[in-house]
Amino acid sequence: MFYRENGQFKSTYASDLQMLPILQDRVLMAGLLAFAFVAVPLLASNYLILSILIPFLILAVAAIGLNLLVGYCGQISIGHAAFMSVGAYAAYNLALRVPQLNFLVVLVLAGLVAATTGILFGVPSLRIKGLYLAVATLAAQFFMDWLFARVKWFTNYSSSGSVSTAPIEMLGWKIDTPVEKYLFLLGVLIVFTLVAKNLVRSHIGREWMAMRDMDVAAEVIGIRPVYAKLTAFAISAFYCGVAGALWGFIHLGSWEPLAFNLSLSLNLLFMIIIGGMGSLLGSYFGAAFIVALPIILDQIPLLLGVPLSTAAASHLAFMIFGVLIVFFLVVEPHGLARLWAIGKEKLRLWPFPH
Amino acid sequence: MRKHWPVITLCAALLAGLAAPLATGATGPGFYVEVLLGGLMAGVLYSLVALGFALIFKASGVFNFAQGAMVLFAALAVARLAERMPLWLAILLAMGIMVVLAWLIERLVLRPLVNQESVALLMATLGVTYFLDGFGQTVWGSDIYEIELGIPKEPVMVLDKLFQGGILVNKEDFVAAIVAATLVLALALFFQKTPTGRALRAVADDHQAAQSIGIPLNRIWVIVWSVAGVVALVAGVIWGSKLGVQFSISQVALKALPVVILGGFTSVTGSIVGGLIIGVGEKMAEVFLGPVLVKAFDLAGGGIENWFAYVLALLFLLVRPEGLFGEKIIDRV
Repeated sequence: MFYRENGQFKSTYASDLQMLPILQDRVLMAGLLAFAFVAVPLLASNYLILSILIPFLILAVAAIGLNLLVGYCGQISIGHAAFMSVGAYAAYNLALRVPQLNFLVVLVLAGLVAATTGILFGVPSLRIKGLYLAVATLAAQFFMDWLFARVKWFTNYSSSGSVSTAPIEMLGWKIDTPVEKYLFLLGVLIVFTLVAKNLVRSHIGREWMAMRDMDVAAEVIGIRPVYAKLTAFAISAFYCGVAGALWGFIHLGSWEPLAFNLSLSLNLLFMIIIGGMGSLLGSYFGAAFIVALPIILDQIPLLLGVPLSTAAASHLAFMIFGVLIVFFLVVEPHGLARLWAIGKEKLRLWPFPH
Repeated sequence: MRKHWPVITLCAALLAGLAAPLATGATGPGFYVEVLLGGLMAGVLYSLVALGFALIFKASGVFNFAQGAMVLFAALAVARLAERMPLWLAILLAMGIMVVLAWLIERLVLRPLVNQESVALLMATLGVTYFLDGFGQTVWGSDIYEIELGIPKEPVMVLDKLFQGGILVNKEDFVAAIVAATLVLALALFFQKTPTGRALRAVADDHQAAQSIGIPLNRIWVIVWSVAGVVALVAGVIWGSKLGVQFSISQVALKALPVVILGGFTSVTGSIVGGLIIGVGEKMAEVFLGPVLVKAFDLAGGGIENWFAYVLALLFLLVRPEGLFGEKIIDRV
């Protein structure tokens, strides 16, 4: 009744091109932004911000990056945490060796380093595809794990192999309280979402989707597979590189080798599968789900009053996690984003569904 | 006409790499052969895990990430059951458990997901992996257990007349190799000679055509997953008796992934040959190439066997995208 597009006419090209064509969507988005920028910092506790919201914001950036590659360009990767680690170590070394650099410049440079690595490991995608490529990306994962654990220069010759970062300061703004971190990350996420949204609805996004749907046919109509695939790898790795740098500098502060291991890669994949492949909103949903799930699972034994040893609890969490993944895939293989779309469609017709 | 020179070049380079330690005199022939044999033995284990992958992929097109978890689960089951009963009974019982597991997976995971994209199926097997890891350790415990096969473990010295110092060989490794060979032979017979085997091959070739001539797909899938479960059991028992049953088995089993892409997803021969190549390649690299790299780049230790297998497989894929023995991929629009 309230959510429909009747009477909203598009009379200019600009209004035809706008991102949120329906007024109600724009109002909702404005409300959401106001809530995220004003209400959350005022209301949320430090625990909520530090252990849920900050990981969510960073992982959402990474999930969008992976979704650009897997969901939009159709190239599977189970090694994307490798690009996060490249971003994190690149940012660490840049900040360490060129301390006068602004943190934003460091972030962009770290992303560019990750993008270069992404192109390098994307080259096999020109020859192989599908599940073969998935295993090939594992090579990136294990090679990077090894590289940062063994080559001493990257960790500045620290004896344990772990690195810790300096506090972030840019243009006189010191980002150290949880709320400041939250606001900074929120800004980053919004910028990256806007860029991604505009990428996927521009010619390059259409090339990716053509590549995903049928690569031979795409080539026949004049899309260059080399260009399409490698840009997808580069941009996806750029997103993950920036997310990795943020993860290292803002969420972890200091990290050990193998902080960006295979299980993080798999978690990123779970995010986009559960959230919805080929959907930016889905990346948000997926990141929120994966961040919140372990925390909720930890709380369940406490709530039920069942004493469980930590080992048993972690095994139980593994089991529930596995069951939930299969359950979600069976119930809605297109992810939470599809559920959201169905809900919206229903709302459009409500309360007269016929 | 297909160009063969990239494959030939790569093989030549690999052979040169293989011969380099001997040729440069960096090592004696005795130690060299020992490393080679060690690599082959590790390769047999990789082959066994890879075999399970290939079987399932061939028959159902599912990329079964859970094979490693199945190996761990089976090994845990045997190790814990053997504490209470004779070993042969434990193995039989564990086989029964693996068949039930296969049936459950088909019923609860695969059947509802029929006709989904391969990524969704891959994710589903990842879910199964998480579940099996947690479930196995909840039911069977998460310590390190031993499987006692009753094979003498002390190494024997062979060929000590030929080289100075001779070669140290584990009897256990030989038994493992023989068991693996028998298993492969049995599988080959099963696939080629029995009616069920023929049905399995038909399903592997074309799901729809097989179904249209009356082959029950669901039952075939249960059979394939059961066979893969039994292969996992054998791999788990051998591995467990060698290294002890522990969680890391499920991680090491990931090494079977480069093996299957090297050999070709659909090929049983490919997984055997691929396993041996990877096993030898990574042992050689670790022992002979590792120290050179550490010295040259001042690294904090070797450990290149963690990624060497993947990079090797990747190189192979660049010159031969369908793997060594895989079916050629032909694109049609």
